[in-house]
Amino acid sequence: MGHTAIAEIQFSDYIYPAFDQIVNEAAKIRYRSGGQFNVGGLTIRTPSMAVGHGGLYHSQSPEGFFLAASGLKVVIPRSPIQAKGLLLASIRDPNPVIFMEPKILYRSSVEQVPVSDYTLPLSKIETLIPGSDLTLLSYGTPLYTCETALSLLSSPPPELDNEKMIPKGVRSAKVELIDLRTILPWDMEGVIESVNRTGRLVIVHEAGKMGGVGAEIAAEVQKRCFLRLEAPVKRVCGWDTPVGLQYEKFYIPDAVRVVDALVETLKF
Amino acid sequence: MSTRLAPFARRVLSRRIPLGARSVQTVNIEADSTRLASQPGEPSQPFTVTLNENSFRGYRTETPGLDVSVTKENLIEWFQQMTLMRKMEQAAGALYQAKLIRGFCHLAVGQEAVSVGFHSSMEKDDKLITSYRCHPFAVLRGGTVKGVLAELLGRQDGMSHGKGGSMHIFTPTFFGGNGIVGAQVPLGAGIAFADKYMGKKTVTFALYGDGASNQGQVFESFNMAKLWNLPCVFVCENNKYGMGTSAERSSSNTEYYTRGDLIPGIQANGMDIIAVHQAVKHAREWALADKGPLLLEFVTYRYGGHSMSDPGTTYRTREEVQRMRSTQDPIKGLQKYIEEWGLASEEELKEIDKKAKQEVDAAVEEAKQSAEPQLKDLWTDIYYAGTEPATMRGREREEVHHY
Repeated sequence: MGHTAIAEIQFSDYIYPAFDQIVNEAAKIRYRSGGQFNVGGLTIRTPSMAVGHGGLYHSQSPEGFFLAASGLKVVIPRSPIQAKGLLLASIRDPNPVIFMEPKILYRSSVEQVPVSDYTLPLSKIETLIPGSDLTLLSYGTPLYTCETALSLLSSPPPELDNEKMIPKGVRSAKVELIDLRTILPWDMEGVIESVNRTGRLVIVHEAGKMGGVGAEIAAEVQKRCFLRLEAPVKRVCGWDTPVGLQYEKFYIPDAVRVVDALVETLKF
Repeated sequence: MSTRLAPFARRVLSRRIPLGARSVQTVNIEADSTRLASQPGEPSQPFTVTLNENSFRGYRTETPGLDVSVTKENLIEWFQQMTLMRKMEQAAGALYQAKLIRGFCHLAVGQEAVSVGFHSSMEKDDKLITSYRCHPFAVLRGGTVKGVLAELLGRQDGMSHGKGGSMHIFTPTFFGGNGIVGAQVPLGAGIAFADKYMGKKTVTFALYGDGASNQGQVFESFNMAKLWNLPCVFVCENNKYGMGTSAERSSSNTEYYTRGDLIPGIQANGMDIIAVHQAVKHAREWALADKGPLLLEFVTYRYGGHSMSDPGTTYRTREEVQRMRSTQDPIKGLQKYIEEWGLASEEELKEIDKKAKQEVDAAVEEAKQSAEPQLKDLWTDIYYAGTEPATMRGREREEVHHY
């Protein structure tokens, strides 16, 4: 029709009733009509991930369910500047895009956002901290957890400052922190390049481990970087349980779980 | 419900609410009860016919008028189209039996008055979207018999180049069949919304079956269409049976034209093409007059099973099917009108029938000659050209296709 529709689903937890329309209609219409029809660059904005006290139906991370929907793009920003650039890129992209905005960041992430028009590239990782000993890959909210974990690793607080918990040998490790930004289609080339340099990969996301984004990335990385890997790919994810209200803080990966994974992978 | 308990439960259920005792009156569905009201003249000169007085029932609205203006040319063209549609569907059935068509195949044999009647009252830019039982609509709304059959065979000349198959055929004004029961209804409301938003003076017809009518998304679409006063006509093609189940066993209310709450509805005879023509014309004028959505139910009958895997005789008797075929066939009904009203002779109609068969036979041969899809097209039309990921898994030596 020549117009662009920008829809909003109030919480990504409510996306399931629209699963058929998104996966069977929006993602496939171009292919199933042999190129005759498209969805006019539809973008669906939807808040995602844990909010801290959302519980079962308000703190889920459903991005993994869309991984197999070829034709669809899934984008998750980490900050206001990223959100603007990636959202404009998503809207201008001629494919249907699900744009998942981490809920808790609405109130906690502050940046001076340029008022001018700009876009950021889809399907491109961004290296936040360059490094050479381990690739730490995440997207959305847990990137901040990863930052905290890196500071715990390099300068542990008194409670963690012992050889058993964080050995001196790993504290000076140069960890490369990467924001995946686009979940589908993900920047395989960028991730592979990084892991081939560092030889180690830790993936962090809030969604459960089973069938999550990390599973797909880990499988590709072990295939493509097999001879370069110094340790098994490690995943730090939500548990494979529902997101129970009182358990929410235990469900989402915290900095201690991440630092533990870093130590284990660096020492392997 | 476990199978062990099922007979018991059915016994209890049938004692409480005997299925047969709930007599639901429907419109007359004879295919040949329209009467001549004025004498036909020249082929293009309109004359008046009068529909059976029980052709329509209304819910919150008046029913369409019973006097219909038609021409000899109209009736002959409809006969030609209905015959062509039936031959095409029969050819598809034969190709399926011969294992040349694989996958899913839902035939509309017996329901020709609906598809052809629709097309007869639609304007060029009106939109239509329907369920998996879509082949006749695809041809009538701008496709070809060869394009449909080639698509069923999975060939390059298919209307979706072999990527879609039976349920995925499109033209610029026909938004396809659909593989998901009821999923086309919200899409239809969306198409109507888009046209209204763009200021186009068109009507969208969103078709679904009696089986799909109980889908939640159908009711969601009704609500939005009424709320936004969309020029959308929701059409229930009630062929009396869903997949393996009669309407009475699946729907608490089988008067589908009354199920739109505030949306008015009309139930119409779906076996007499003149009644279909009149009902669609009425519905189109309704939507164009900005009266909002309308529900239209056509009571019709499918001769075959739900799909090729359903013999269609486990939930209804062979006698019932045979009785419908011999007494209420829509093509025979139209043939009777044409002959009785002196518009064409039996021989002339036989000639049309023969030509339709030849056309379908030729289309079958051409479709069979069409090449299989090219390997490269496995990866096209997934993402907009130029915005694809660098690679995608697929049948190459490395199992990875590089764009």
